[in-house]
Amino acid sequence: MESGNTIPIIVEFSGGLEMLFSDERKHKLSVPAKDDQGNAVNIGWLVQHLCQEVMKDSRKEMFVLDGHVRPGILVLINDADWELEGEASYALQPDDNILFVSTLHGG
Amino acid sequence: MAPALCAICRTSRALIIRPKNHQKLCKSCFIAIFEAEIHHTITTTSLFSPGDRIAIGASGGKDSTVLASVLKTLNERYNYGLELVLLSIDEGIKGYRDDSLETVKRNAVQYDMPLKIVGYDELYGWTMDQVVEAIGKKGNCTYCGVFRRQALDRGAKMLGINHVVTGHNADDVAETILMNLLRGDLPRLARSTSIVTGDANSEVRRSKPLKYAYEKEIVLYAHHKKLDYFTTECLYSPEAFRGSARSLIKNLERVRPSAILDVVRSGEDMAKLVPEVVSGVSHCKSQKVSLSSADGEDEGAGGCGSVNGRNSGGEMADMEKKLRQDEEASSREVDISASIPLSANSQKHDRIGESKPPQKMGKKLVRQTLGTCKKCGYMSSQDICKACTLLEGLNRNRPKIEIEVDVEDEESSTLRRRMEGIALGAG
Repeated sequence: MESGNTIPIIVEFSGGLEMLFSDERKHKLSVPAKDDQGNAVNIGWLVQHLCQEVMKDSRKEMFVLDGHVRPGILVLINDADWELEGEASYALQPDDNILFVSTLHGG
Repeated sequence: MAPALCAICRTSRALIIRPKNHQKLCKSCFIAIFEAEIHHTITTTSLFSPGDRIAIGASGGKDSTVLASVLKTLNERYNYGLELVLLSIDEGIKGYRDDSLETVKRNAVQYDMPLKIVGYDELYGWTMDQVVEAIGKKGNCTYCGVFRRQALDRGAKMLGINHVVTGHNADDVAETILMNLLRGDLPRLARSTSIVTGDANSEVRRSKPLKYAYEKEIVLYAHHKKLDYFTTECLYSPEAFRGSARSLIKNLERVRPSAILDVVRSGEDMAKLVPEVVSGVSHCKSQKVSLSSADGEDEGAGGCGSVNGRNSGGEMADMEKKLRQDEEASSREVDISASIPLSANSQKHDRIGESKPPQKMGKKLVRQTLGTCKKCGYMSSQDICKACTLLEGLNRNRPKIEIEVDVEDEESSTLRRRMEGIALGAG
């Protein structure tokens, strides 16, 4: 893939979610700028991508339920609550930091 | 989308949207208001007095870490005059609690607080690893939860402290209220809503200063303040939150974020309607107090992994089943005169065939009075506390090889040989 067509981003997991992603907190990813339909890739696309390509754990429902990020998991886009950024429709920008934090796990 | 500005300072970019009122705040205004609200909770409920020594029930998880951090901040900012101590319970789960205790040890250094760790092994003679070895994973949360609550009391007593604060948050309280409503458990509904359990006469009081704090905001506070906390799943109760009332709370929050505090406030209002004779909660005092939770059920039956009572999964399904059974049973209830002994399924409606007419609330109306356990001397509303009852069961089934070695009579040695046979067979 040509470098102009991909976007470098950092995806982080914490609050217990990292255990679903090979116990790695930080994942450096390169994602295509456009999806199959030629639309700019957004968080919704990223979540599906993480589920299908990055997550080795079989317990997908711990991350995604009914096509949405599981209630109780917070999504921060460059430290801002994704609710302030349009949630799943937020279009990914180069060098974005996307953090998924679970509030569901004990300590 | 143009970045929204903070609704308070109107200069910095908003990073947080508050679940309870959709207010958009920047990082520093959020941290300030989060702390101010907990200060408000503490002052309006007269939770502490100057000179109090307070034990913070610390698991190393997000809630208790945030509680310790905020209490330290407020104690210094507003001169509460409190002496804060971290109190941790070591359940004896290798690969889980020993890791989280390392976090608590770091917290003790970071917050400059003394740390006391009490272990199940020293208190009860059993680690959770041994309990699970004896009884299996199923139901082990009950033991762990009951033991932990008494362990906090015992640890506080060792420290000469009579007030333990725990990290229970608004989501925890809402969950407990829903469960108690579904159970129709009025005494516990009343007690679970009050911020303090136990009063000046109790040996150890419990309180939850984070009672009105959203779990979401607690996690965001920890994140933005870069607090050092520990997250993992308890090895014996992985994914305990699945299919639980917890999921219901989180789903409600997604549809309407204010729902969590609405449930908490509604629970408080309903608790006020519960007669004092039932709840054991006095409404006359300015500060709501209630019986101790020494029996270990007020905070929900579960409790693996954190100070919070995470209930074991499937409780909603159990509840639905119970409600269905209740419904079926109530259709039979009119049949009082017929003394047909139906198979009892331990439901309260199954009093058919008994001489006295059914009293729906009969059991619940017995006021629970706080006393002490005849065995261990710790707080209990029954003669023998739950911890001792569970321990008795455990000890009865523990193979007493060392004792039996000296026993001469044939029966025992036969038994011993059989047990050795079993041990060899298992190996």
